[in-house]
Amino acid sequence: MLRDMARIRAFEREAVAAMKSGEAPGVVHPSIGQEGVAVGVCANLKRADRITSTHRGHGHAIAKGADARAMMLELHGRAGGSCGGKGGSMHIADFAVGMLGANGVVGAGIPIACGAAQAIRLRREEAIVACFFGDGAVNRGPFLEGMNWAALYRLPVLFVCEDNGFAAFTRNSAVTAGAGPAARAEACGVPATAVDGEDVLAVDAVAAELVARIRAGGGPQFLHAKCYRWEGHTGTDAAAYRPAEEAAAARGRDCIRRLAALLEQAGVAAGEIAAAEAEAAAEMAAHRAAALAAPWPAPEAAFSDVQDAGAPA
Amino acid sequence: MTRMSFAEATRCALAAEMRRDPLVWALGEDLVQGGIFGQYRGLAEEFGAERIVSTPISESTIMGAGLGAALCGTRPVIEMRIADFTLCAMDELVSQIAKVRYMFGGQGRAALVVRMPQGMWRNSAAQHSQCLEAWLTHIPGLVVAAPGTPADAAGLLASAIRSDDPVVLMEPKNLWTAQGEVPEEFAPIPFGVARHAAAGDALTVVTWSAAVPVVEQGARDSGIGCDVFDLRSLWPWDESAVLASVRRTGRLLVVHEAVTVSGFGAEVLARVLEVLGPAGLRAAERLGAPRAPVPFSPPLEDAIRITPARVAEAVRRIAAM
Repeated sequence: MLRDMARIRAFEREAVAAMKSGEAPGVVHPSIGQEGVAVGVCANLKRADRITSTHRGHGHAIAKGADARAMMLELHGRAGGSCGGKGGSMHIADFAVGMLGANGVVGAGIPIACGAAQAIRLRREEAIVACFFGDGAVNRGPFLEGMNWAALYRLPVLFVCEDNGFAAFTRNSAVTAGAGPAARAEACGVPATAVDGEDVLAVDAVAAELVARIRAGGGPQFLHAKCYRWEGHTGTDAAAYRPAEEAAAARGRDCIRRLAALLEQAGVAAGEIAAAEAEAAAEMAAHRAAALAAPWPAPEAAFSDVQDAGAPA
Repeated sequence: MTRMSFAEATRCALAAEMRRDPLVWALGEDLVQGGIFGQYRGLAEEFGAERIVSTPISESTIMGAGLGAALCGTRPVIEMRIADFTLCAMDELVSQIAKVRYMFGGQGRAALVVRMPQGMWRNSAAQHSQCLEAWLTHIPGLVVAAPGTPADAAGLLASAIRSDDPVVLMEPKNLWTAQGEVPEEFAPIPFGVARHAAAGDALTVVTWSAAVPVVEQGARDSGIGCDVFDLRSLWPWDESAVLASVRRTGRLLVVHEAVTVSGFGAEVLARVLEVLGPAGLRAAERLGAPRAPVPFSPPLEDAIRITPARVAEAVRRIAAM
């Protein structure tokens, strides 16, 4: 799990640098500081399980086993990217590992996850769906619809609310009434469990229990993972709307360092941990270099994969 | 051939497709009760609650769950109850369903059908009577079909279910009870092929959906030789059949129930003008609704309705130009 978290962080550090330098076009939304949620949850998923993700979804994809090199090429808009350069950071998908796509619309993955679970049932597959979304999503209609829907049909869905405290530039508590995400899920009959999302072992343990209940046919579960978004909303947002000490405090609760400390206590050599992190950094730096060297997509690709009937002339 | 209603034809076509392919299923409000127009009657008894799924009034999730189910290998038929309610699920249709194949680089396909009964019916007023097909023809990724006869409704539904593209099927509410001859075997009807509803040399008339029987009647009443095309699908649409006809007649009338302004008739007329040039078109007109919401009261609704008399009047006017 340490290796996975380190890989996600290294990927996003490179992605943010590439965005700032202009090498990667468009916008990236880093999840730095939140890696423990993606890794702790996905540690309990099998390849056949599906996930839906968000605009802040690099971590979910990597944790589910997506090809990080193809992802980096995608962020650079190059041929050979996960989506052939047609999606970019906000639309990373890797169907080969059950990653049904990041999404540029807040909360949009919730109905998709519900339907994926219905198809899994109809096809008699042994699989579940993990649906990641942020705390901002709980104020959208599809959140309410999806909670009710999943509970109504007892669907095999693990809803994972990554509560990083911010809905874009606004503190979510300033725009959210009532008792919060878990209470809303429970009001629809989806049992909710809270966890410290900055403690990957805690996330792993709770996710293991919830996933087991779902696999046993118990219906949907809701995991409310509290965490903190170290960076701004995007890679270039300085997040001037919040006190610097708050972000500094969050950096002090670093999910990677916390796990590293526990590993060292358990006898793992510090050098081994540093080597794993260095390896992750080297891997992602190499992917970034590969992305810069990769060819751009052929212009004709802009017209493919639109539709079969009535395709662009 | 068997004589049956529009609703019954689609019911039989859906049942046949569900028997053929166990991955075809339907979701929407009140489906177990047969749907609000009876187009799902008896299907829950035959196929069970796992494949005929009555849902909450949750349009976003009806649409979005259909997409998730398609991405996981099933072929959902998404019932929107009426087209107006699709507006509660536009993100799911326009930004999710229409886009997934493209933005994921072809990794996933939204092989699904969205049925949206549309148009005026029994004085349903402004929020239950809209014809919004032009909005959807503007969206890359979607196939848009708008049948006007029971046989076409059945054949296009079969095509829509078998298609790997997301297909929006705009079914005219006013024609659910209309009777027509339907083949015993529901052969799928390809998209982009118009039905040549009447042959004539004086002018070309293009229409679709609920306006089809109105135009057929109006053209007959006019006493003028109209070359009438029921487009049946709007994207793709049968450009070549329409162009070939206008090359011969030099006159074009497009009739639709939707508001004329920015309606799909504008696209048809623009394409004909682009290809044939001003010299190729002696007269052209669009006949649709005024840019007003659909009113409730019967005389008010009649004031904006396309009628055979209005069609005949337009036909005579264009033929005389």
